[in-house]
Amino acid sequence: MFGPSGSGKSTLLALVGGLIRPQSGKIRFRGQELTGLGGAARDRFRAEHLGVIFQQFNLLPWLDLIGNVMLPCRFSSARAARAGDVKQASEQLLAAMGLAPELWHRRADSISVGQQQRVAAARALIGRPALILADEPTSALDHDRRLDFLELLFSQVEAANSALLFVSHDRELAERFDRAVDLTDLNEAQSRI
Amino acid sequence: MNLLGLAWRSLLNRRFAVVLTVCTIALSIGLLVLVEQLRSEVRQGFYRSVSGVDLIVGSRTAPVQLLLYSVFGIGDATNDISWETYTQLKALPEVDWAIPMALGDSHRGYRVLGIDRSFFDHYRFGDSETLEFEAGEEFADLFDVVIGAQVARQLGYDLGDQIVLAHGSGNVSLQGHDEHPFTITGILAPTGTPVDQQLYVSLQAHRAIHIGWERGVQMPGSAIDPDVARARADELRPDAVTAIFLGLTARAAVFGLQRRVNEYRAEALSGIMPGITLQQLWRITGLAEQVLRVVAWLVVVTGLLGMLTVLLATLGERRREMAILRANGARPWQISGLLVFEAGLIAAAGIAGGVVLAIVVQLTAAPWLLTHFGLHVGLSWPAAWQLGVLGLIFIAGLGVGVIPAAMAYRRTLADGMQVRT
Repeated sequence: MFGPSGSGKSTLLALVGGLIRPQSGKIRFRGQELTGLGGAARDRFRAEHLGVIFQQFNLLPWLDLIGNVMLPCRFSSARAARAGDVKQASEQLLAAMGLAPELWHRRADSISVGQQQRVAAARALIGRPALILADEPTSALDHDRRLDFLELLFSQVEAANSALLFVSHDRELAERFDRAVDLTDLNEAQSRI
Repeated sequence: MNLLGLAWRSLLNRRFAVVLTVCTIALSIGLLVLVEQLRSEVRQGFYRSVSGVDLIVGSRTAPVQLLLYSVFGIGDATNDISWETYTQLKALPEVDWAIPMALGDSHRGYRVLGIDRSFFDHYRFGDSETLEFEAGEEFADLFDVVIGAQVARQLGYDLGDQIVLAHGSGNVSLQGHDEHPFTITGILAPTGTPVDQQLYVSLQAHRAIHIGWERGVQMPGSAIDPDVARARADELRPDAVTAIFLGLTARAAVFGLQRRVNEYRAEALSGIMPGITLQQLWRITGLAEQVLRVVAWLVVVTGLLGMLTVLLATLGERRREMAILRANGARPWQISGLLVFEAGLIAAAGIAGGVVLAIVVQLTAAPWLLTHFGLHVGLSWPAAWQLGVLGLIFIAGLGVGVIPAAMAYRRTLADGMQVRT
């Protein structure tokens, strides 16, 4: 999904994430009507079914990498159950994202931004959530690292059998996705209605 | 690691600010506990010192003044009472025992009391305890002296040591009773009362060393030769005493006797009941205590406000942390709970630290109070009601945590899933 700043990308993500309710319209996720759920139910839904990667500052700086990756399993037992052995699953994901074992017990703020984004991806993927929301996760990375990151992300999303909703303003990336939507077009369509 | 584990790690990450906050609260709680503890302990110490005396008689003066100079060595007597009055009081049927005392001398800052031997048998302190000798015994010779436990310890005296008394009660006295050295024959066991801070000689000895001092200074060559004094010991008795401790056969008689003492015709006397006079003293010091209490409470409030300030200040920089937690499935109430938990932990640590601080200060201050005032300040746990108050302060601490928690709750709802920095 593309869109210039102010086109409502973050609002859309918050809607999908169940953090805010739409003023009108409906959001349906795997047959479940999100808009009909109460606050607590939406919280549970998010914890169970969504993995989130931000643009930057994804990690709790005072926690080690493993602790950061395990975080979602603390808030959702369903996700912890799907992950199986949470610690082992975290280690596997970290390894799969190309992070060497000697980094795993370092504080999250002691590694590079590129490495932090990969930890964030591993965290979003733990417990195989149905949907990964990625809000411009590559914008803080340089060009080569951006592509490497995407490759790793794609392979792991595929392995987890999750869907990926990827927000970016970088149209070059579009061809690598199954489907690309321009939020500006959507907004125009809406204003015509 | 559960949610509390996360809270703990987050706290550790901010340990500097957290430790400072805990210290602030610990200081305020320490002050509060200390004011209460010392207040009750000091009162306890005063009561201990006079528990066995039913009536104290001195020349007409304010009751509190009489109590302070006769028992605690604070201030001086303005007048003496005649020996005849003493003998008459002693002969009264309701009087079980009477201890006359003559003040006015000192030894290196410690008071010297001329007393009757009955003092060692009848004086009671604390829980009706009697005086015991740690070493030696009461005086045999005219120029023998018995010293209190603290005097022996502070000045390093032992049995058989010879000491010279000074005229007057000052720490530095130019005039001494150099011609009449005294021999230490007894050291009293510690009592935790002013008894420990005093030296005791017989009334005869008190009289003997003051022969020739009738004008306030010693007439040259007028001092009595020690051996002559010993030979005449039986004739020696003071013309006047400073105060008399009375023990009655029945405590109920004390009110009648007090009235008779106060209405005594031959000379102007004051008779006081130590317990009631202490009450009067507390009424005088009560205002100061209230002020101290109010100050201590204000400091506690300051401590809690300090914690609120720190929590609110860190709220901004922790916005990111909260958004991350929220995006990873933390419920708003869990995030608020983290803050309340944090406030509770800081408050609890501060309260515990404050109690420890108060105990440490008590332990440190106790020897000083004992040395300077002869007050035995025991170490005591906060009373049940104080623990209740501390519990309430803890709850107030949690309440303080609710403020940033509510703000965080609203903010996490408003921020949604964006990470703002």
